[in-house]
Amino acid sequence: MSETVKPSSLASIAATKSARTPGSAPLGTGLEARNLHAWFGKNHVLSDISLDFVAGTVTALIGPSGCGKSTFIRTLNRMHEFIPTAAMAGQVLLDGKDIYAAGVDVTKIRLRVGMVFQKPNPFPSMTIGENVLSGLKLAQLKRSNKEDLMEECLVRAGLWNEVKDRLNAQGGSLSGGQQQRLCIARSLAVKPDVLLMDEPCSALDPGSTLRIEETIRELSKTMTIIIVTHNMQQAARISDYTAFFLADGHAGVMVEVGPTSEIFARPKDQRTENYVTGRFG
Amino acid sequence: MSNVTAPKPMKPWRATPKELLPNLFAGIFVLCGSWILIEFTGLSGKLGAFLSASILTLISVTLIANYKSGTNAGKNAFFGTLVAIGGILAILPVASIIFTVLVKGTKGIYLGFFTTDMSLASVNDELTVGGILHAIIGTVLLIALAMVISVPLAILTALYLTEIKGPGSRLIRFLVQAMSGVPSIVAGLFIYSAFITGTGRGFSGFMGSLALAILMLPTVARTAEEVLLLIPSDLREAGLALGGTQWRTVAMVVVPAAKSGLVTAIILGVARIAGETAPLLFTTGGGDTVNGNPFNGVMGSIPFAIWKALISGSDESNARAWASILVLLSLVMVLFYTARKLGKRKI
Repeated sequence: MSETVKPSSLASIAATKSARTPGSAPLGTGLEARNLHAWFGKNHVLSDISLDFVAGTVTALIGPSGCGKSTFIRTLNRMHEFIPTAAMAGQVLLDGKDIYAAGVDVTKIRLRVGMVFQKPNPFPSMTIGENVLSGLKLAQLKRSNKEDLMEECLVRAGLWNEVKDRLNAQGGSLSGGQQQRLCIARSLAVKPDVLLMDEPCSALDPGSTLRIEETIRELSKTMTIIIVTHNMQQAARISDYTAFFLADGHAGVMVEVGPTSEIFARPKDQRTENYVTGRFG
Repeated sequence: MSNVTAPKPMKPWRATPKELLPNLFAGIFVLCGSWILIEFTGLSGKLGAFLSASILTLISVTLIANYKSGTNAGKNAFFGTLVAIGGILAILPVASIIFTVLVKGTKGIYLGFFTTDMSLASVNDELTVGGILHAIIGTVLLIALAMVISVPLAILTALYLTEIKGPGSRLIRFLVQAMSGVPSIVAGLFIYSAFITGTGRGFSGFMGSLALAILMLPTVARTAEEVLLLIPSDLREAGLALGGTQWRTVAMVVVPAAKSGLVTAIILGVARIAGETAPLLFTTGGGDTVNGNPFNGVMGSIPFAIWKALISGSDESNARAWASILVLLSLVMVLFYTARKLGKRKI
């Protein structure tokens, strides 16, 4: 595969997906960032991002390293605030309510907006089965039929057939790709409405990546997915919308957002075109 | 593909007998050389033999590697051998101590040694009279109580420093470090002056374990802090991202992941106090009778019994002291082994 990807080929990948009408699924009103800024200390890393995530769609965030994509998605489930120097301004609306409003229970927000990290991080002291159900214990949720839930989550994450006979093995005994799917299954168990994925495939081989992409397409029928990726083909394959971020020596900004087929075939901004065609930099 | 016969597995990196010939000569050279050095120079004794053999081995191994594979291989062989010699040098004293204790200690061991105390035996009595049951019970109780007091405090301190990172963390870290430098006799004197003298309370096992807890706390806290810092922050974030509170995340994810390291921290703490004698002098009183109540009355302990037996000077009490040292060493070993097993097992 050549380094430079012709825009037409990415556009054709994007066009082959089954067309869907965003927002038609009865999934609430989704997630919305309004005039969002973020800082680390005095370093202004994100400037004035306003972005709607329509319920039941997959949105890909693309852009060069260091442009604030990861910081952005960490503001969406309030993980940003764990960095001691972090600061932010603006609003994030979940079903129309600001998640940064006073009195909001942050653990409830994180239950509704789940997260899958770049590096697979199953809990080392737990078995595969315990890992899947760990969210229930961590959030102290009561649920009957835990066995059914465990199976359901593993099936949806595309891991059930590989682990059904060794649910009591340690999570660390799985391969990297399996561990990442275990992490996806783990985040599904608490039934989030939105799933944030921070380069979930960057450490994985193509086979595992394919499995996870299938999983993402499957999951997007019932939830909103926001995925950061450096893999342009991946963005074209799996997302309904694509947002292009760029930091030009200043704070990161969102250059352009639109339906994925549009972004790859007819980007409106010259910078987007340069990036998606590989002429960037 | 099917008719390819698999070749015989070989290890081509292994040296052939012919290549090993220089090593044989080097061995002979080292042996003869050390003999000559011992015989005709000022070097003498076991340490002298070890020193000359080490230097000659270092030289010959370096020269052989240099000649066979070049300067870099020579340097590599030099430092490899230096590290090996250093390792042997570090193990020698420990091995020597264990050997001496085994040889001298086994003479005083007999069944009654574990079932009787010294209340009816005097220092010059036959070895078959008297034992250290009181001291074994005392040491076990002292260590257990010191652990009960210091382990929760130490782990909570470590969690405060690593997880909460709250105000005063730097000061607390500094104080814990300073505390680990406190001489053990000072801990004993502190308990004596604060809780015993002038208060109407007498010596007791509990006072001893308070002094031991002061010594144990900084060791456990510092090691536990380092262990907790090794847990990747990924895991904490994953726990929080699943809707856990910080407390649930620490209790369910961080501490279980650090479990074997925390057990190591406790082992190091116990190792720090198991043989302490000085802080017990002012606090436990060191009785000769079995006393199962740590809150009332003087209480013996193995280090105390060793000290007492050694200063009384008779041959019999000397033998008792060595036997007691053997018992203390074995007790600590058993403790470590059990803790290791428990630390590895999944609960």
